[in-house]
Amino acid sequence: MGTGLSFPAKPFRLAIAFNLLILLAAVFMWLAGNGQFGSITIANATEVVAASVESGGVDAEEAGAKPVPAPKLTRADYPNIGTSSRSIVWIIAQLHLFFGALVLAVPIFVLLIEYIGFKTGDDRYDDMAHEFMKISLTAYAITALFGGTLALALFLLYPGFMNYMMQAFGAQMLVYALLFFLESALLYMYYYGWDALRYGNKKWVHLTLGLLLNAVGTTLLVVANSWATFMMAPSGVDATTGAVVGNIWEVMKGPLWNPLNLHRVIANVAFGGAIVGAYAAYSFLKSTTAEARAHYDWMGYTSNFIAILAFLPLPFAGYWLMAEIYAYSQQMGILAMGGILAWLFVVQAVLISTILFAGNYYLWCGMSRSEGSVRYTWLIKYIALILTLGFLVWATPHNLILNSKEIAALGGSFHPILGPLGIMPAKNIAVFLMLIVTFLSFQIYRRSNREITVSWARKGNALLVMIYVVAIANVIFAGVYYGYFTNTVYKVGSSVIQVSSTLVVIVSGVVIDSLMFRGSKLLPSTWGKVTNASQYALFALPITFTWLMGLMGYVRSSVRSHWHVYTVVKDNSADNFIPAVGHVGMMVTLVTLLFLAILLFIFWIANLSGVKQARPEAMSVEGSTA
Amino acid sequence: MNVLAKTLGFSVTLLFVFMGITYLLPQVEGEAPKETTIDLGSLTMDTFVKLGDDLFHGKGACTLCHNSLGRAPDLLALNAVDVAEERLADSRYKGKAKDAETYLRESMLDPSIYVVAGFGKKGSNDTESPMPIADKPPTLFSTTEIDAIIAFLQSRDGNQVTVALPTEAPVKEDAPAAPVLAQSPEEALNKFGCTACHAILESEAPVGPNLNNVGSRLSVEHIRQSIVDPNAVITKGYTPMMPDLSEKMSVKELEMMVKFLADKKG
Repeated sequence: MGTGLSFPAKPFRLAIAFNLLILLAAVFMWLAGNGQFGSITIANATEVVAASVESGGVDAEEAGAKPVPAPKLTRADYPNIGTSSRSIVWIIAQLHLFFGALVLAVPIFVLLIEYIGFKTGDDRYDDMAHEFMKISLTAYAITALFGGTLALALFLLYPGFMNYMMQAFGAQMLVYALLFFLESALLYMYYYGWDALRYGNKKWVHLTLGLLLNAVGTTLLVVANSWATFMMAPSGVDATTGAVVGNIWEVMKGPLWNPLNLHRVIANVAFGGAIVGAYAAYSFLKSTTAEARAHYDWMGYTSNFIAILAFLPLPFAGYWLMAEIYAYSQQMGILAMGGILAWLFVVQAVLISTILFAGNYYLWCGMSRSEGSVRYTWLIKYIALILTLGFLVWATPHNLILNSKEIAALGGSFHPILGPLGIMPAKNIAVFLMLIVTFLSFQIYRRSNREITVSWARKGNALLVMIYVVAIANVIFAGVYYGYFTNTVYKVGSSVIQVSSTLVVIVSGVVIDSLMFRGSKLLPSTWGKVTNASQYALFALPITFTWLMGLMGYVRSSVRSHWHVYTVVKDNSADNFIPAVGHVGMMVTLVTLLFLAILLFIFWIANLSGVKQARPEAMSVEGSTA
Repeated sequence: MNVLAKTLGFSVTLLFVFMGITYLLPQVEGEAPKETTIDLGSLTMDTFVKLGDDLFHGKGACTLCHNSLGRAPDLLALNAVDVAEERLADSRYKGKAKDAETYLRESMLDPSIYVVAGFGKKGSNDTESPMPIADKPPTLFSTTEIDAIIAFLQSRDGNQVTVALPTEAPVKEDAPAAPVLAQSPEEALNKFGCTACHAILESEAPVGPNLNNVGSRLSVEHIRQSIVDPNAVITKGYTPMMPDLSEKMSVKELEMMVKFLADKKG
């Protein structure tokens, strides 16, 4: 048996073909764009002109010393293909983003799990990490396929806009394509080299490959993010004409770039964790042996742990992104949070509450694995009550900016009784309390199979209770006092206290528990001893995450309203309006269904790779007699 | 029922629940502002006021902030003419308007020249307005459209409309005029909003360093550097918040301001 790397020829060739498609698309985009390596900036314009004159007598003015103004597109600049171009791009882009998020996120926590397996010497971690990567690998080719299709669709359907984007980003697109090649090479080496580089010093080589894979993957993500944030808050352009005057770095580092980078990295990890959790749940339900059920139960638990752990800080990253949007343009911020798009935040409340309910329910069910959980089950009803009340408050609408149609539909601007519960201070209290009690579920789950033996156990528990009580009091006081009894200016400030209180609970909870767990006695715990119903929570999570990503991605994109590039390139296509909420829901559902269908195909492929057909009896007999 | 059918059924049901919720909410589309063609021949003051009303509620999205929620003065609940006159009489007012009409126009074209107390950008101490400039993106009102909005605001509460009906077609939006260069240092200082933060000319704004004696503190080179790279050196006691305006001004404007400021020895 050879120990070298072996690459199954067919999938590898397929992946190379997809990557070539991406590279060709990028070259095409670049050629169709500015046709030169990099944008001309004010800083280098003189040199460009001088070089042109030197090289062949091109007139200085013709050489493009003056930056080209942004195009003013008319309806005729958009090809009419008989159906909504926006819908086509919407579907392809969202599918690309879903798979891209999965492909980039999985290696992040796989590397961590692999490292834990390496340090503990527990092969279960290593096997699980390898199995997670199988899903990521299959999804990779699909991501590339949708990426290439998206590029072609954009050029076909929005040529004027894409031409401008090429002026702005130029050769960066080629760098992106080259990074894609590098990502492919590292991904295949990482996955197929897993068994060949499994132990000893070779494991370090493998871990290094994983680290490089993540570095390149994250770079791809932030490069692509710069296109989205440039469209929302363009930088490096002349405010009056829209001409690109900055260099590529100035174009990339707009005010929203880093908030979006952070938000997407965290969200991707939560999303990736949820998807592989669904894979584990599906495999658990399909399992017929106790051993397989135990394996997939453990895998599902780990996935859920990753998803919820990444999900908890996500609202804070979201706050930062929204605060930066407000700082960039108050009008844009208000359009999102108080204008027509604000209705979608009511739907967001339903979705995030579903995630929290599913995550908590899974943890409560999981407590049944250990008999020690009886010490904590009394808390569950209170957690459920707080989650329910929090959800009801969060989903209460209040003071949206209404036009006459909306007022007629709602029967008035404000609801007389529910009004005070619909404003942000009430919602903030609800959200932060929901996060705090979700962490409490997490904490009691972790304690279920342990008997704490440290001498200061009582004091430690008292300290934890005190931290919870103070944090909850802080969240409620800050929300009520600053939200209802002070000037509007201080309302935002109250969320700082609430965020800090919640973070203190999470961080101190982890730290104190880690110290208290030293020398603790492990109580009997049986993997696989969970109800089938609990596994459906692991399906609810990725379904809701996917829908939520689709919805919030739409909101992020829609705040540009009728601009391709906000304030610079106006959208004059037939689809330059903000669609009704129902249409948005229908589109997001459609894309999620497509994603789900392809994902099931991936799961099937991943399971198929482990199936080996038994040698037919007749051939066996024939063979033995030959 | 096999596992695939059960899990798929559960997932699809959940998806349709989410979609159903979106259909329970009011179904309203946000239309992109339409380019309006004004027929000057048939234009009356009533239709002009109606145009202003439509622009205020539609293209301008003015009600996003000018409403009862406290984001900006609730213009629809106030008598705009009375309020304008009160503000002209305010000692904080440093603009050039002389009456309600010019005040309203100035508020739209240069919103930071006078910020109503409590409505400034966070941290600006009411010296900088969050309102977008009406004739710049994303609003991009034409002169005629701005006049129509003034007429609409004036006409409410029975005030006399002083805006004249347009007699010439507005300049087409897709043919932007060349930027008008400032002809004097005073004009340049006003054009680039220096007076919003610095004490110079008639302004006594305390946000940035006093420029009335800047010539005695800084050399010509330092003054130039402070304009083209404002955060290179920060005067003690002030925060680095000055915008980089170097790409927006011509060399002539820059040199005019540098020379003017260098002569300010207090």
